[in-house]
Amino acid sequence: MKRAELKITTAGDRELVMTRVFAAPRTLVFDAHTKPELVRRWLLGPPGWSMPVCEIDLRVGGRYRYVWRHDTNGAEMGMGGVYREIVAPERIVNTERFDAAWYPGEAVGTLVLVERGGSTTLTYTMHYESRAARDAVIKSNMETGVAASYDRLADLLASTPARGRA
Amino acid sequence: MQATHRLDTTFAALAHPTRRAILARLASGEASVTELGEPFAMSQPAISKHLKVLERAGLVSRGRDAQRRPRRLEPKRLGEATTWLERYRRLWEGNYQRLDALLHELKAKERNPR
Repeated sequence: MKRAELKITTAGDRELVMTRVFAAPRTLVFDAHTKPELVRRWLLGPPGWSMPVCEIDLRVGGRYRYVWRHDTNGAEMGMGGVYREIVAPERIVNTERFDAAWYPGEAVGTLVLVERGGSTTLTYTMHYESRAARDAVIKSNMETGVAASYDRLADLLASTPARGRA
Repeated sequence: MQATHRLDTTFAALAHPTRRAILARLASGEASVTELGEPFAMSQPAISKHLKVLERAGLVSRGRDAQRRPRRLEPKRLGEATTWLERYRRLWEGNYQRLDALLHELKAKERNPR
């Protein structure tokens, strides 16, 4: 299979944008993002983590909740949010907040799927909360606990799989 | 400042195109605020404001010359930010490669439904 490249760029003052092409129709890509039994098979991070909790109430105002657990040391990391917009199979807007958030307030994620010739281009934009909220946190001291959980995330980010684990 | 907190500040600082242009200019050598303002259609206070954000993020520091107060690039901090972004990219690439495999399987099921 042809390797598709993941692109990450910044846009505006507070956005991070990821783009990736998948060799599948967007209905399937949409399903893979919205059906728990499918989500927990790929949204896992590095090897050694599983997703014991994956709850999705796919409607505007509905909540989702993800919890990852490390298979050997039992460490857990959770996050969740609320769906703001759902246009199947092309667009989802949801809020996102980690239990031990290292950034202020909620981030808002927008998933856009565009299908062309049987392939789907995924664009995921993370929009971080107001500059005022951000500046408030920059001025304050971060609590040790938050920093520690961020370090845990950094460890998690540091060790990534060399290949897929389907 | 905490390392994590610092990284947030760095990314916020890097998010603005003018600030990235300032960093690109400083990559070719130190410059005063006036010199930095020249390529931009911007007032000196506006440039100073951007510089303050870059300084707070540790991306830019001030030279010793008290008269010119030249600004210079702090490459170490920029390196930390790119390293983070690369790790983030690798994490998501791992996820998306698993998603590729899953989609492959789902397509096969669609072709041969049981």
